[in-house]
Amino acid sequence: MIDTINTFVRKIPTWVVYLLYVLPIPYFFYSAQTGGMGVEPINALEREMGQITLQLIIIGLAITPLRKYFGLNLLKFRRAIGVLAFTYVVVHLGIWVLLDMNLRWGQMWADIWKRPYITIGMAAFLMMIPLAVTSNNLSLRKLGGATWRKMHKLVYLIAPLGAVHFIMVQKVWEVEPMLYLAVILALLATRYKPSRKIAGARAGG
Amino acid sequence: GALGGAVAAQEALVPNTWEEITTYNNFYEFGTGKTDPSDNAGDMVTDPWEITIDGLVDNPGTFTLSDLIADMTMEERLYRFRCVEAWSMVIPWNGFELADLLEKAGAQSGATHVAFETAVLPDVMPGVRRNVIDFPYVEGLRLDEAMHPLTIMATGIYDRPLANQSGAPIRLVVPWKYGFKSIKSIVRITLTDEQPATTWNKISDREYGFYSNVNPEVDHPRWSQASERMIGGGLFSSRQDTLMFNGYPEVASLYDGMDLTTNY
Repeated sequence: MIDTINTFVRKIPTWVVYLLYVLPIPYFFYSAQTGGMGVEPINALEREMGQITLQLIIIGLAITPLRKYFGLNLLKFRRAIGVLAFTYVVVHLGIWVLLDMNLRWGQMWADIWKRPYITIGMAAFLMMIPLAVTSNNLSLRKLGGATWRKMHKLVYLIAPLGAVHFIMVQKVWEVEPMLYLAVILALLATRYKPSRKIAGARAGG
Repeated sequence: GALGGAVAAQEALVPNTWEEITTYNNFYEFGTGKTDPSDNAGDMVTDPWEITIDGLVDNPGTFTLSDLIADMTMEERLYRFRCVEAWSMVIPWNGFELADLLEKAGAQSGATHVAFETAVLPDVMPGVRRNVIDFPYVEGLRLDEAMHPLTIMATGIYDRPLANQSGAPIRLVVPWKYGFKSIKSIVRITLTDEQPATTWNKISDREYGFYSNVNPEVDHPRWSQASERMIGGGLFSSRQDTLMFNGYPEVASLYDGMDLTTNY
């Protein structure tokens, strides 16, 4: 069963994933401008883009455990997922800067330092930049596999920060953003390896 | 001067559409999303409706809404409405001055504050069933704020009865305060001699004070209150500066001698 799926997945070109996520972006803008996202489209669009960013990060984090526990191999799409997450966060941030804040630099600058949820969101965005920049074969070769992999573990920090940013923007404790954080923490937990010392002690005991 | 600017702004007021006013609401009894109230409030029955007036009044009792407001002078008030979330609308309310109602109730000399309470109807309020916040929703004003001629009880918008999501059948409107002070679907009005508890203040007193006057210089801890976005301008609507007391400088004397950064 899993083999059949893996064989099928192998046949899907990566550009299909890019297309699947890039094409809706202009549609979201069109929908927002023509009333499809309610009477306050700027906020709705900004949130939608942020949420899809988090969903993509979650999908990216799920790829390793899916292979480890279910034998499902989606590795070939991981770079596309990461690059798309960055694309969506750039759109999310662009909406904030241009449409939401109207280039009020003073207010934005103050917000970045004064409002913890914006500080956290901005920190997560900044950490995504080096990952996006090195998402190509040349960087992988130049950095070397070990360094590159170590560096891309930054996503273990980016993901929960993104979810906390989502939780903090709400006025009350909302279920949906909490679920995002719970899923992210669960996916990170699958990567937890007991240190050798503890593992050794257990084996010895 | 500042007053001239505010008057000019007042003259330029263009009301939002009925659709804008009734599809972008905060009414947590019906859910926390902006469209939850319009999606979920339809089953609330607002006729007949009873209101209890009690506390320090000469004429306490429970009244049907129609009896209570039969002799009130109805008028239209085109007011700016500024949400604490930094968006705003312009709404053509139909209603009467709260002062007239408090006079009819016979507010006693010892009364200093007015407390309000929203209906709690779990059968038709999904937010109440999920306990998203502590219900009933409660709000309050100082008596002089309640008696100010700008403070009205609204029963309609655009000469139509209030939509349920707008707080049918009767709500408070205090145009110089953040929208959450303008409590909806009122079932109790109590005159007291102490500052009443208010819902958002109970949830986070650091973020929501008792007064909650619109003030561009006092930020909400999580966002700036210096500017706001008018609902209805679409994807490319621009932010506008928020006005002190939401552009109603005539209320400033209510707060003479008070530090508005601590009494936020």
